[in-house]
Amino acid sequence: MSILGGGIFKGMAVTLRNFLGSYTNKKERLPTIDYSWRADGALPQGIGDYPKEKGEQLSDTTTVTEYSRNFPMLLHDGGEPMDTVRCVACQICERECPPQCIYIEKDYDENGKYIKRPAVFDIDVSVCMSCQICVEVCPFDAIVMNSQFELSTPDRFGGLLMRRDDLLKSNDYYHKIHPEEAAARDAKIAAEKAAKEAKKKAAAEKARAAAEKKATEAAKEDAK
Amino acid sequence: MSTAAAPNYELIQQDGLETNLLEVSMGPHHPSTHGVFRMDVKLDGETVVDLRPVFGYLHRNHEKLAENMSYLSSMPFTDRLDYFNSMTNNWAYALAAEKLIEVEVPERAEYLRVIMAELTRLVNHVTLIGFFINDLGALGTPLLYAFREREKILDLFEQASGARMMCNYFRFGGLRNDVPEGWLKRAGEVVDRFPYFLDEYEQLLCENEIILSRTQGVGNLPRELAISAGVTGPMLRASGVAYDLRKVDQYGIYDRFKFRVPYTEGDTGDCYDRFMIRVLEMRESIGILKQALAGISEGEIMGNAPRVFKPKPAESYGRIEGPKGELGFYLIADGTPKPYRYRVRPPSLINLTVLRDMCLGGKIADAVIILGSIDIVLGEVDR
Repeated sequence: MSILGGGIFKGMAVTLRNFLGSYTNKKERLPTIDYSWRADGALPQGIGDYPKEKGEQLSDTTTVTEYSRNFPMLLHDGGEPMDTVRCVACQICERECPPQCIYIEKDYDENGKYIKRPAVFDIDVSVCMSCQICVEVCPFDAIVMNSQFELSTPDRFGGLLMRRDDLLKSNDYYHKIHPEEAAARDAKIAAEKAAKEAKKKAAAEKARAAAEKKATEAAKEDAK
Repeated sequence: MSTAAAPNYELIQQDGLETNLLEVSMGPHHPSTHGVFRMDVKLDGETVVDLRPVFGYLHRNHEKLAENMSYLSSMPFTDRLDYFNSMTNNWAYALAAEKLIEVEVPERAEYLRVIMAELTRLVNHVTLIGFFINDLGALGTPLLYAFREREKILDLFEQASGARMMCNYFRFGGLRNDVPEGWLKRAGEVVDRFPYFLDEYEQLLCENEIILSRTQGVGNLPRELAISAGVTGPMLRASGVAYDLRKVDQYGIYDRFKFRVPYTEGDTGDCYDRFMIRVLEMRESIGILKQALAGISEGEIMGNAPRVFKPKPAESYGRIEGPKGELGFYLIADGTPKPYRYRVRPPSLINLTVLRDMCLGGKIADAVIILGSIDIVLGEVDR
């Protein structure tokens, strides 16, 4: 035990040291949010005076980190979104979604034949908990996480329900916001495609060899 | 004294004064109750005569929900049990499920798990100490110092997992993704700088006479009571039992690290012991972190585990030394993709059961500190 009230002086000394130290030693004393690990170009725009002006959004490609996740989006491979959409409405993500915030309906042509794309794909912003389970279970790499975080809206009913067309984003956009992850995913898709084609080719060759063998055998039979 | 007999009311009555016990409902929105927790306190003057904890305001049906979804899908819900320690919650659940499907975890993933768990312990203890001092009446300032350090670690979590608090980072058989380039170096910097903060904090708080006079001898928890009530974690060690699952079970790769388990000598623990145990534990965590960051090597981070699986009918219990105590997940598989039974053993709830014994006979203002020193998170108590 020291003198009564000694703690106050001790505390004030620390406060004073931090106050004065913040002018001399910025690295040790000042930071509360540390952006020193980030490259200069990747600093969030408009930090300090956010939001800059009413209605102005941060740029679409604002990425907090490589793995930042906020809300799912549906990928398409460029061109007319619904022609190249990767989603085939298999509804695995709908089943696996922990808070059950995805609603999917399959698309049918006029003859009632199932065409592999979603007719309805709704995600409820107010229920989604950004857990990324839908991304992990998707076998078609069709749903990935967007890092856009300015989702607030004055309309609390319709505005919080993201429709299929709001969710569609191109693969190029995905490359912009998550470059490493997108490259890895593209490589994986290419490898799978190559493996599939190789398998198909092997199967086709096998079938041809079998057919040839059969033909030669048939010819032998005929010769006999 | 913890088990002090209630004052003799007959004597008071004989003095000719009419006295009544005052019943006060503290909470559920009282800031000192750390969430939506209520204490029905019976007071004689300022002395606590009876105390009844009331909880359940934050019940979210966690266990029943998990029984109706696949094993993987309830992983993000475990983040929300004890929302300060999502990484360790993930680990306990992953351990339980990994026992069901018998999958090997790669070495790099094991190292990263230890690093994440120890960083989580730092986050939890630093936050707890901040709130504990807040409960003592030092409004804000020490808490903000603690939050400043916590924020650095949360930045690390965000870079690795994509989220500050709801990390959802562990997977059965490994981790969801590898840490980004340069992450280990940044983690090393944070870990290297942390002891300076601890020095400053200790210098400020540990011998502060207000803290000493308000916490020493308050909320005594005898060793026998702690053991028989099933109390675990820093609370148990503060009562003089050197019991740490990292040493007992040596789950993961904890057998490779050198660290000490701080505990108090003697057979009761008061609020000050519980506070100091956490400060000492942070020092040990930093030691483990330094060893882990030095020993980690390149490699796979995900074992050969399926995303969705149907384990054979079996039961498993996975437990870890969470920052608050023994966190366990008990699973019964019945051959379907969903668990038949899913049960959480939350350290917060079980440590909370001794609250009444510690508060009886003390002052009402001390009840707030005692509750603070238990370190509860209502997300875990109510589930």
